Amino acid sequence: MQIANGLFDVIEGRPRLIAARRKADGAVAFPAPQGPDAELFERFHLAPRGRLWSFTVQRFRPKSPPYDGAETAADFEPFALGYVEIPGEIIVESRIVVSDFDKLRIGMEMELVVVPFRTASRGDVTIYAFQPVGEAE
Amino acid sequence: MTDVHIIGAGIHPFGRHDGKSGLDQGVLASRQALEDAGVEWDEIQFAFGGSDAAGNADALLPRLGLTGVQFINVANGCATGGSALLSGYWAVKSGEFDLGLVVGFDKHPRGAFNPMPEEWGLPDWYGEIGLMLTTQFFANKINRYMALHGVTPEALALTAEKAYENGARAPHAWRRSPVGAEAILNAQMISDPLTKFMFCSPAEGGAALVLASDRKMRALGASGPRVRGAAVRTRVKGSFEVFSPSLDVERGPSPTELTSQAAYEMAGAAPEDIDVAQIQDTESGAEIMHMAENGFCAHGEQERLVRDGETKLGGRLPINTDGGCLACGEPIGASGLRQVYENVQQLTARATGRQVENPRLAYSQVYGAPGLSAVVILEAQS
Repeated sequence: MQIANGLFDVIEGRPRLIAARRKADGAVAFPAPQGPDAELFERFHLAPRGRLWSFTVQRFRPKSPPYDGAETAADFEPFALGYVEIPGEIIVESRIVVSDFDKLRIGMEMELVVVPFRTASRGDVTIYAFQPVGEAE
Repeated sequence: MTDVHIIGAGIHPFGRHDGKSGLDQGVLASRQALEDAGVEWDEIQFAFGGSDAAGNADALLPRLGLTGVQFINVANGCATGGSALLSGYWAVKSGEFDLGLVVGFDKHPRGAFNPMPEEWGLPDWYGEIGLMLTTQFFANKINRYMALHGVTPEALALTAEKAYENGARAPHAWRRSPVGAEAILNAQMISDPLTKFMFCSPAEGGAALVLASDRKMRALGASGPRVRGAAVRTRVKGSFEVFSPSLDVERGPSPTELTSQAAYEMAGAAPEDIDVAQIQDTESGAEIMHMAENGFCAHGEQERLVRDGETKLGGRLPINTDGGCLACGEPIGASGLRQVYENVQQLTARATGRQVENPRLAYSQVYGAPGLSAVVILEAQS
């Protein structure tokens, strides 16, 4: 189960984020607007690759609420996050999957992945993330 | 049109004050500002007040006196104090009123703020996966800035070191012990590249100012710096702000750049005319970026300026002479007014222990969520 509906699709085994283009002026939005504004937009899939625009590492467990991770402050593992520029489309904020934080460099090529996330409120879900291209090998 | 002067300034020390409410601190700051101006509360014609987390600002009224004065609560995110001052400035500048009080106070719980996505028009998943943290925004912004403009972690540490040095000299500061650059760099990492000592903390405090028209000031036999420029601007398309799940590929100016330009234009002044500046330092990288966004240097020039001590007391442009948010903490409702309080002390030669030599123009800039900035430029009374 995805953490929220309408965030990403998996097409032929590859994940794609769902964005939306405003019909009036072509402005790109992510996440795709829901509710009354949705009809002003046309949904489309973002390209699955981009370049790292900036990043940081979350070193302490965020406060709950709103954080819903199942881990405690004691077993919390720092995670990387940042922004990935999808050329010509939009710059997306995301968790970043990387084996070693020191490998991250602004400008490096990144690809979209889907990863498991254990919530405190409803068990295991999936979320989107980006990882450096070649990280999986 | 009349000029607007700040004829009185008061502050309740920032920090942690168990057993004292935010309101108590606002009352004390207000009484001190009135005393400094030499006016009684019942002479005050209008007041603007703000608090983010310590209740309604107009709860001050039963404490100060139920005179029937028109009191307006101001709520404008991190620029709440700056917005209260701007409102008071307009009230006097318009000719409608001669004498008023602007006040801000706050008392936040300890630790990082924990805002809820829904209050910011964001989906729940954004907070659930751990992206709803202001600290991440500042770290992302400075990390990219460092890569583009060659700013180093040492410059971040030196900026924080200066803040604690200055804070040690300001009676209203919270952190009053110097911390060395080495200890700052080696402190617990909060959000890379920013360590614990590079971030300010939510805090408590109150600050108040008495504003008067030129005519009223003379009638009272009072004196005080003249407001040369005051402006607030909000984010435009392409700016990078806190809690942004996405950003436009096409980048735009920051609200601080827009506010700064507007205030310089009002003041008929340029960045090189400024003698002392208080600028938003939520973390030390913010001070470095705001140096350029406020026009005090080119992007990338900060590294040299900071290493040469140009922003320290005695430097070419002393910045955050009372230690800024890093040493004072950030009670949201009071923070922008604390900066102006400090500038009033500097311009009236009362900043004992941290006095800048004969400053004529003083600049202050507060920035914060949800993406707005407030700037005030003051001129010493000749």
